[in-house]
Amino acid sequence: MSSDSMIRAEGLTKRFGETIALAGIDLEVPTGSILGVLGPNGAGKTTAVRILTTLSLPDSGSAWVAGHDVVREAASVQRSIGVTAQDATVDELLTGRQNLVMIGRLSGLRRREAGARATELLDQFDLVDAADRVLKGYSGGMRRRLDLAAGLVTRPPVLFLDEPTTGLDPTSRVRMWDVIRELVSGGVTLLLTTQYLDEADELADQIVVIDHGRVIAGGTAAELKTQTGGARLEITLREPSSIASSALEPFVSGPIVVSHDGRRLRAPVRSGEGLATTVVRALDAAGISVDDVEVHQPSLDDVFFALTGHPTEPMVDNDEAVPTLEHVR
Amino acid sequence: MTTTTNMPAGTTIPLASSSSSDRPPRAPGLVRRASDVLVLTWRNLVHIAREPLQLSDVTVQPVLFTLLFVYVFGAGVSLPGGSTYADFAIAGLLALNLTTSSMGTAVGLSNDLNSGVIDRFRTLPMWRPSVLVGRSLADLATATIVAITGLFVGWRPGGSIMSTIAGFAIFLLFAYALSWGCACLGMVSKGPESAQGVGLVILFPLAIVSNALVPTQRMPPILRVVADWNPVSAVTSAARNLWHNPNPSSTIHAWPMQHPIVASLLWSGVLLIVFAPLATSLYRRRTMN
Repeated sequence: MSSDSMIRAEGLTKRFGETIALAGIDLEVPTGSILGVLGPNGAGKTTAVRILTTLSLPDSGSAWVAGHDVVREAASVQRSIGVTAQDATVDELLTGRQNLVMIGRLSGLRRREAGARATELLDQFDLVDAADRVLKGYSGGMRRRLDLAAGLVTRPPVLFLDEPTTGLDPTSRVRMWDVIRELVSGGVTLLLTTQYLDEADELADQIVVIDHGRVIAGGTAAELKTQTGGARLEITLREPSSIASSALEPFVSGPIVVSHDGRRLRAPVRSGEGLATTVVRALDAAGISVDDVEVHQPSLDDVFFALTGHPTEPMVDNDEAVPTLEHVR
Repeated sequence: MTTTTNMPAGTTIPLASSSSSDRPPRAPGLVRRASDVLVLTWRNLVHIAREPLQLSDVTVQPVLFTLLFVYVFGAGVSLPGGSTYADFAIAGLLALNLTTSSMGTAVGLSNDLNSGVIDRFRTLPMWRPSVLVGRSLADLATATIVAITGLFVGWRPGGSIMSTIAGFAIFLLFAYALSWGCACLGMVSKGPESAQGVGLVILFPLAIVSNALVPTQRMPPILRVVADWNPVSAVTSAARNLWHNPNPSSTIHAWPMQHPIVASLLWSGVLLIVFAPLATSLYRRRTMN
């Protein structure tokens, strides 16, 4: 399989002063497939993409894109890739069409070719009406689509999308997904970074999970889900109880996390069948009253949690402020 | 667990076949470079046209300065030999306008560096220095606009057509060289605002402490030495001589005032030799990592 790899990285490291952005990353993306690089903010995703797209030099390690070394053959790599970076890299003061024509010209297309390609892309990305408007008047979704179009001007065989839907509303997001799926059906190799686990689940053939500059897991979405051992149990108690954790112990398959107010408990469980009832009975028997029991089928959020021991984003604790008030009362 | 198959470092996978057939045709080196530069020059000019503040810097401001100085100061200044202030001041105003508007390079470049657009350029197979060269050429174009405004306030050059053109050429060369210095400023400053602030502090005195707007003879001694050796004075003197405009500095013994044309060419050359490579290396350092 390795001889078909369009993107390959071995032991990439990078530090910025004291901060270690990459602590030795290995990646491999077979030709024509999508790799989802998954991780929270600051995990090192963008740094990895910047090295692979020749924007940044690694401190050590090597990487090849379309068979070219990203450090020694940067120009050849640049001729094979399309990049959509995290922050918009389109020109605010040009129109959509001018942006695409400029990029075409700078990629070596002749004026007429660049113009024709711009028209084609504006049409494909549903930007015809806005084509001759200056970008300042574009919505976030339109800007992202243009940014993606900008990466496709030369029909590159390898694409890098760094968090392509971050900050988009749900509708624009789903639309972006459709666009990306369509692209890949054309045989493009794609590396996609995301913090959204559902996005990786939706789009990627293979997923690697990155945390603190390391690859901590990899596989298909299904494999990753199996790895976490199934479902997740979430319980809300009427009031905090010190013995709740030990009462739950027999039913769970991993660490029990208790929310700050002590009322919510969360833990991975093996099986979902009839579990909720059993748990409620057990807690009831221990004299603990339960407000709510939920058994969630595994999501990639859980995968991340199971792998790292911390959530992708801080656990949103809606009740956090309320207990203090209750105590005051 | 990772998805990686380990391969010895350094093995390169031959994949050239997939990227050879449908790649865009690439023109040979020089043509391609010139085309990259022109595309970016065009882009920067579009920027100036669409940014009201920058547009007024190269249109309204030069006209305003020229009118104010000629009609307000000109009314109160008498020149030896009875020549008009307008004839004396036009070359100096051109120097003032070109010097202060070269700040546009610093601000524009700083803007680019703080947006994602430079990253986009860097992932394209283009000639890298074209970002800087395109910037300085756009400046040259605006400098030409600034130069033409002088003609509208009634000033007429006195020399032959050739020497008139030579006078403008000396100005434009200086403006071009200066824009490389401003590019360096844009690269070391934190953002467009600070580039503008620092630029003003450097460029305004550079333009004012010279023979551009007043003869230097009555300046305090130290200031006079600075003014007589200021490249802006050399350029202004050179243009005044070439345009047969009054040039009170011609009686000053400082070397640049005796040889203003050679001095301006030398100054512009030195600025270019120092700042063009410096800008290129700063750009490389600023954009790698």
